[in-house]
This record gives sequence, structure tokens and C-alpha cells, in this order.
Amino acid sequence: MSFPWANEYKPSHPFMQWMDERLPVPRLVYNAVGAGYPVPRNLNYWWNFGFMALICLTIQIVTGIVLAMHYAANAGIAFDSVEHIMRDVNWGWLMRYVHANGASAFFVVIYIHIFRGFYYGSYKAPREMVWLLGVVIFLLMMATAFMGYVLPWGQMSFWGAKVITGLFGAIPLVGEPLQQWLLGGFAPGNAALNRFFSLHYLLPFVIVGVVVLHIWALHTPGSNNPTGVPVKSESDTVPFYPYFIAKDGWTVGAFLFVLAALTFFAPNLLGHPDNYIPANPMATPAHIVPEWYFWPFYAILRAFTQNFLFFDAKLLGVLAMFGSILIWFFLPWLDKSPVRSATYRPLYRKFFWVLMVAMAVLFYCGGKPAEEPYVVMSQLATLYYFAHFLIIVPIVSSIERPDPLPYSITEAVLDEDEGAALSPAQ
Amino acid sequence: MIRILSILVGLFFTVAVAWSLLLGAINFEIPHTVEHEFHKPPKELRLASDGAFGKFDRQQVQRGFQVYKEVCAACHSLRLVAFRDLAALGYNEAEVKAIAAGFQVPGLDPNTGEANTRPGTPTDYFPKPFANDIAARAANNNAIPPDLSLMAKARHDGAAYVYSLLTGYQDAPANLPEANRPGEGLHYNPYFANLNLAMAPPLNEGQITYSDGTKSSVDQMSKDVAAFLVWTAEPKLEKRHQTGWPVLLFLLFATVLGFLATQQIWADKKKKKK
Repeated sequence: MSFPWANEYKPSHPFMQWMDERLPVPRLVYNAVGAGYPVPRNLNYWWNFGFMALICLTIQIVTGIVLAMHYAANAGIAFDSVEHIMRDVNWGWLMRYVHANGASAFFVVIYIHIFRGFYYGSYKAPREMVWLLGVVIFLLMMATAFMGYVLPWGQMSFWGAKVITGLFGAIPLVGEPLQQWLLGGFAPGNAALNRFFSLHYLLPFVIVGVVVLHIWALHTPGSNNPTGVPVKSESDTVPFYPYFIAKDGWTVGAFLFVLAALTFFAPNLLGHPDNYIPANPMATPAHIVPEWYFWPFYAILRAFTQNFLFFDAKLLGVLAMFGSILIWFFLPWLDKSPVRSATYRPLYRKFFWVLMVAMAVLFYCGGKPAEEPYVVMSQLATLYYFAHFLIIVPIVSSIERPDPLPYSITEAVLDEDEGAALSPAQ
Repeated sequence: MIRILSILVGLFFTVAVAWSLLLGAINFEIPHTVEHEFHKPPKELRLASDGAFGKFDRQQVQRGFQVYKEVCAACHSLRLVAFRDLAALGYNEAEVKAIAAGFQVPGLDPNTGEANTRPGTPTDYFPKPFANDIAARAANNNAIPPDLSLMAKARHDGAAYVYSLLTGYQDAPANLPEANRPGEGLHYNPYFANLNLAMAPPLNEGQITYSDGTKSSVDQMSKDVAAFLVWTAEPKLEKRHQTGWPVLLFLLFATVLGFLATQQIWADKKKKKK
């Protein structure tokens, strides 16, 4: 955003001036994350998770590339190659555990980042593109994580792949041929493993590209803030450097502390023991479950147990599972409220928290066997989930009476601080 | 327009799932299987490798290795462990060579090219006791004895599971339904998920003579072999713990410094209002 008071990049060193005339990358950095990018001064800690997500992406790419130097994507030796990494490759165990736990950490960070968006109306005009690109990133992350989990070729790798690729068979008419074309065979096998490795290596770089667009789309209007009130004057903002470099920096330290605690002292806590058994197409595990970050969608998939109208239950489950994320694309147009932040939307806020409870129930049930009482719980939570986005939010946003907004960010900040001057800011 | 469509799509999904809910609620029944009723969670097992400060008790792991070598290796492979890895247990080079030479591994006759066996060297991996799965099944009542390299990580609470299984053989309770009683060649063990296990109780009191003189009760041997299997599954456990503490301390230090720096940078924005 070209806020008129933004600091201007003025290189003093002759080499930097030379560079600026030929390839203005330092100028780009200065204007993106340096002193040249004004940011609302009242951002709270829920705004730190975007930067943290970028750190996660970097960690995954670095550890992933090192792992790829030692991994073999052939069904006969994949499992053993991972054990070779764990036992014989210097620091291989660390690369593997950081990569596996880093994926979980990435999803924790991204779910918080997305829920922040739901609460503060980050998806609303003029930031719709930021939101749409963000949902695309989330879908790419899910594809990448799914394929990555298949690579060790353990029992859960194979059977998880079997279940999820089997869903394509639910598509009427073209389903079966499509499934076989994607898999390169009738069931997950060497063909599927090899292409999953290729795509798992590729997609993170596609994610990097979309992240660049995502940040560009954000920097064009500038960041939202907890009040939802747009930036009006210089006193509303602070330059990104040093204020948010510092704030993001220390929270990254806290995040790495948690990731290190998990990696070094409980590296298999979030994993499933069955994935330490080599894949065996003849032996079905007692309970097939994906990794925890897929559990809400797995719960939605399994909630549809009966045929309805002319849709059979399996197809309904698949449509609902993909639909549950695709409806996020439409959020900017479903939520018509001119007020962004839930801080000033008392009715919407209540429903937001009910949504959080429903998500918690879906997370919980997704990891459980498809038996009662978990099926009924999933069904109730799924019912609320779809009602929330498709029925409740559109209606609430029209009929709700929001609380009065502060005039500006500066005013909101003034109101919060004791010892503040009572005269309004210039 | 978009909201009308949205409400229609929303009604479709909510009514579809409500329909499933209704029909499911009519037939609501929390499943209770016999396995669920009789299966026992693992007994508690405390090992030196437990916890954030865990280290291997090398004495115990060596005893466990002796149990594996003299009892389990007859049927269970350990294919991810090489003889050279045993040096981490405190054996010196000569001892490792001697242990390796005590096993016969597949080889090739250098003159005729025929497949034969030869004494192992430290670079070899533990050999398989059966040539293939068919041979394994034939010798074990149609069950394949699983490889034990990762057993401690391949089961929930793996070490405790191994210990409980080995000490858990007992007579089937009187109230066990007929259909779940152990049939021919099976043995009742409530610590096994399916209750009836093809493996006969492998350990007997005093079966092996520990080289360090420890009394070889079934309980002791089971604990020791469980400790050994924790090592085979996770040989880097000690290194992992040792590296973890300095990393955590550094990150804590860096985070605190970062936080204080942030406070200092933000100080003027928090007090003055311009």
C-alpha cells in the first residue's frame, strides 16, 4: 500500500546505489518487510502466525531437501531407506523428526492463522485476494502433507493412500478410470509412490510462489488490525522494521522452543505406531486414520452414512469433505457485514465460538474409530459446520446490530492505555 | 443471489447429514466386542531410557541382547540392526567380531557361485531365521513371527507391550465365550489385541544363564529384552536427549533476549501517543 508517510528507501552507500539502479531487490525488501512498510500499531499476537508459517515452510523445505538426498522412492526399499536415514545418516534422525514434527507444527500455525481470519474479518474487502490465495495455499499444503506421509511406505502410508485415492472412485461415470490414471495402477503401488515423491518435491515450491502472491496481495491494501478500522493517518501505524521484525522474531523463538521440545523429547507423540510396520496390502490395520491435522475432514467424510436423494453415502461424504474447504472461498461474499472485526459483532462472535467447539469435536472424532458414539458426535458437529458458513453467517451478517466502532486505530490504542493523554492524537 | 444459493447448498448438506443422524440414532448402539472386554492395557514398565533424561542401561540392554540371541532369534528377524551397531552397547571391536562370527549369513561360494552361508562380519545385518514367508508360516502354525527391529515403536507403548505380552500368558478365564477360546496351536494372552496368540510362551524360569550373573526369572528376561528392543528401535535415543537439552536452553535464552529487545523497541510506542 502506498501510504504517503511510508519511509522511503534512500541508499547511502555507493554500492547500494549502484545496485538500486540495476536490480532493486534491496528496495523491494525495504518496502516489504523493512522500514518502508507501515503496519497498524495495534496488531496483537494472533498476527504473528503468518510469519511463523513462513518459518515452518522454510524448515520443511530445508529438511526435506536433505532427506531427499538419502530417500529412495521405490516400494521395495522406501521403508528401509527411511530407517537408513534414522540409523546411519549423520543427523538423519534429526532431519526426519524435524520434518515430521515440523509438518504438524505447520498445521497448528496455519489453523490458528485461518481462525484469526474468521474472527477479525481478514477475508473482507479489500483483502479478498489474500484470502483466496490463502485457501489455495491450504489446499496445496494438504496435498503435500498427504503425499509426504505416503513416502515412508508404512502401513498407515499405504492404507491411508488407499482410502483417500479410493474416494475418487466415488465420482460418477469417470471415477474409476480417473482413480486408476492418477494412481498409475489399480491400487497404491510403486507407480503411485514414485509420482507422489515427485509431486511432494514440487508442490512446496508452488506454495512458495503462491505465498509470494499472498503477501503481495496483502501489502497492496496493507494489513488488517484487531479493530477492523482502516488506517487513517501516520499515528495509526509503525514501520515493520524494527517493530514487527522484533515482535515476530521473539515469538519465532518461542515456537522453535516448542518444536524442539516435541522433536527431541516426544518425536512420535503425534504419529501412529502402525507406520513403523512396513506396508502390507494383505493386512488391513484395525483402524485406518490419517495424521491429526486431517481429522476434522475425515470426521466430516465419515459422518454421511446414509444415501440421500439420488446421492449415495460415499459420494455425499466426498462432496462434503471437499466442500467443507471450498466454502471458505466464498466467505467474503457470504459475510455481508460492513464491520470486519468480531470484537464489535456480538452476535457473530457467539457463533464463531460455537464453530470453534464444532471444530474441536470434529478434530476429536476424526481420530476415533467409525463407531458410536463418535458417529453421532461427528454428525452433529458437521451439521453445525455447514449451517454456520452457509446459513448462519449470511443471515447474521444482514440482521446483526454491531457495537459502535472506534473512530481510528489511534483512538482505540489511546482508549486502552492508562496514563494516555486525553486529547486525541494528531 | 449468492446468499440464496448458499442457503440452498447449506440446507442440502445439513439435511443430508441430519438424515444420516436420524437413521443412526434410531439404531444407536455402542459396540462392545469380546476383545474390548477381555483385552488388557500393557502393565507399567520403568526403563532407564524413559523420560526426557533417559539413557540406556547398557548392562540391561546387553542382557536383553543375550535373551534375543538365545531365545527369540530362532524365529524373529532383526533385519534393520547390523552387528557393527552393537558397539554402541559397550562391546569392543573383538567382541563385535566374535558375535558376528557366531551367526551364519547368506553368502556365495567364490569358486562356484553357489549360494551358501558364511560366518558373519560386523558389516552384516542380523540374518533371517527363515528363508521366506512360506517357510516362516510352515514352522509357526501358519503365523509369521514379525521382525523385532522396530517393535518398541510399532505398538502403542511398545516396550511395556512386549514386557506384558511375555509375562502375560495365563489360562483363559471361565467366562470367555466359546468362540474366543484359544483353538489348536493358539495361546490365551489378554495383552494381545485378538486375545489368542500363535506364539507359545517363549520364556521359562532359568532358561538362560546371564553372563553377569543376574537371576534369569521370566519377569527379568522380559524386562531386559524389552529394554533391548527399545534400543533396536531407537538407537539414537541418548544422542537425541543429549542434543535436546542444549538446544532448548539456547532457544529459551534467545527467546528471552528477543522478548526484552522487543519491549525496548516498543517502549516509546507504548508510553507516548505519537
